[in-house]
Amino acid sequence: MQAQRKKRLLIVTMIMVGVSISAVLTLLSLTENINLFYSPSQVHAGEVPADASIRIGGMVVKGSVNRNPDSLEVNFDLTDTAKIVTVVYTGILPDLFREGQGIVAAGKMKNGRFHADQVLAKHDETYMAPEISESIKAAHGQQSMESGY
Amino acid sequence: MQKRNSRAWFHRFGSSSYFYRIASRWGPRTGWGALVLMVTGIFMGLFVAPPDYQMGDSYRIIYIHVPTAWMSLSVYVLMALAAAIGLIWKMKVSFHVSRACAPIGAAFTFCALITGSLWGKPTWGTYWIWDARLTSELVLLFLYMGYMALDKAIPDRNTASQATAVLSLVGLVNIPIIHYSVEWWNTLHQGSTVIRMDGPSIDAQMLVPLLITTVAMNLYFVSVLFSRVRCELLNLERRTQWVREVING
Repeated sequence: MQAQRKKRLLIVTMIMVGVSISAVLTLLSLTENINLFYSPSQVHAGEVPADASIRIGGMVVKGSVNRNPDSLEVNFDLTDTAKIVTVVYTGILPDLFREGQGIVAAGKMKNGRFHADQVLAKHDETYMAPEISESIKAAHGQQSMESGY
Repeated sequence: MQKRNSRAWFHRFGSSSYFYRIASRWGPRTGWGALVLMVTGIFMGLFVAPPDYQMGDSYRIIYIHVPTAWMSLSVYVLMALAAAIGLIWKMKVSFHVSRACAPIGAAFTFCALITGSLWGKPTWGTYWIWDARLTSELVLLFLYMGYMALDKAIPDRNTASQATAVLSLVGLVNIPIIHYSVEWWNTLHQGSTVIRMDGPSIDAQMLVPLLITTVAMNLYFVSVLFSRVRCELLNLERRTQWVREVING
C-alpha cells in the first residue's frame, strides 16, 4: 500500500476509534436514563425517585388480576421474580395483557402502590403457530399460557 | 508485480465506464429478481404461514418491517464503507455509490419506523415510545437526512464527498447501538428473533417467507443503487468519450 493511502487509512481508523470511545463513555454514563423502566426490585431498594413519573416493568403475577365489576379499575401484581409491586390502573388494557405476560406501566408510586396512567404489553421474541403453542402446553401440562388469541 | 495483479479487479471497479457496464447489466436483472421474490414472499407470508399464537394475524407485518429494518442498517454500513474506500483510495465511483445509498437507506428506515409504529399499536398499545431501539432507529433516519442535506449544501463535488464521508463514518457508531439496544438496556421492543446464539425462535413456516422477502429487499436495493449510480455517472462525466459512446450506441 502506498504511504499516502496508509496515512489516510490511519486517519479514518483514528476517527472511528475516537468516536467509538466517546460513544461508549457517553452511553455508560447515561445508562439510567436510557433504560425504559425500573424493576420492582429497584422500587423496593429505593432507587426510584419519589413523586416522579416513572415506568416500571415486569411480569404480571398469575392469579393477581382483580377487576372492579362496576368500573374499568383493575389492580394486579408486577414481579421481576424477586420482588412484587402492586399496580392500580383505570382504563382499557392492551390485547396482549394477560397473567404471566411482560408489561410496562407508566405512573407514580403512592402509598406503596403504583398508580399507572398507561399500561403497555411487551411482546417476546418467540413466534409460533397456535397449534404448536397448544401442544407445548399439553406436553408440559401447565396452565401458564392462556389459550389462543 | 504479482501483488498488483491480484488487486486488479478492485481497481477496475474504480473505472466509471466499467462500473457503468456492470451496473447496466445487473440493474434490471436484480430488479426482476426482486419483483418475483417479493410477490412470492408476500404471498407465502399472507396465505401460507400460520397465524401467531399471541398476535394472530397482525404479526404478518413482520414480512415488511423486519427486512426494511435490516436493510436500513446494512445500507448504512455499505454507505460508510464506500465512503471510507473513497477517502482512502481517492476513488470517485466509490463516493457515487455512497451518495446513492443515502436516499434508499432513508426510505428503508422510514418504512421500518412506520410499519413498526403500525404494529406497535395493536401489540404494545402505543404507536411510539422513546425506548432505546426506537430512538436509535430514528437517529439513523436523521443521519441519512443529515448526509443528504450536507451533500446538497456543498456545491463543490469533491468537498461534498469528503464531508459526507466523514459524517457517515462518525454515524457508523450508531449501527451496533441499534442492534444491541435491546440487550444493553431494557426496552419495550423485544430482543432478536432470527439472529441469536441458540437459533431462530420462530416457526420455520413463518421464517421462510421472511428470508425470501429479505433477499427480495436486497435485490431491490442493488437494482435501485445501480440506476442511481448510472444516472450520476452519466451526468457528471457527460463530456467524456465513454459517455458519448454509450449515448450514441
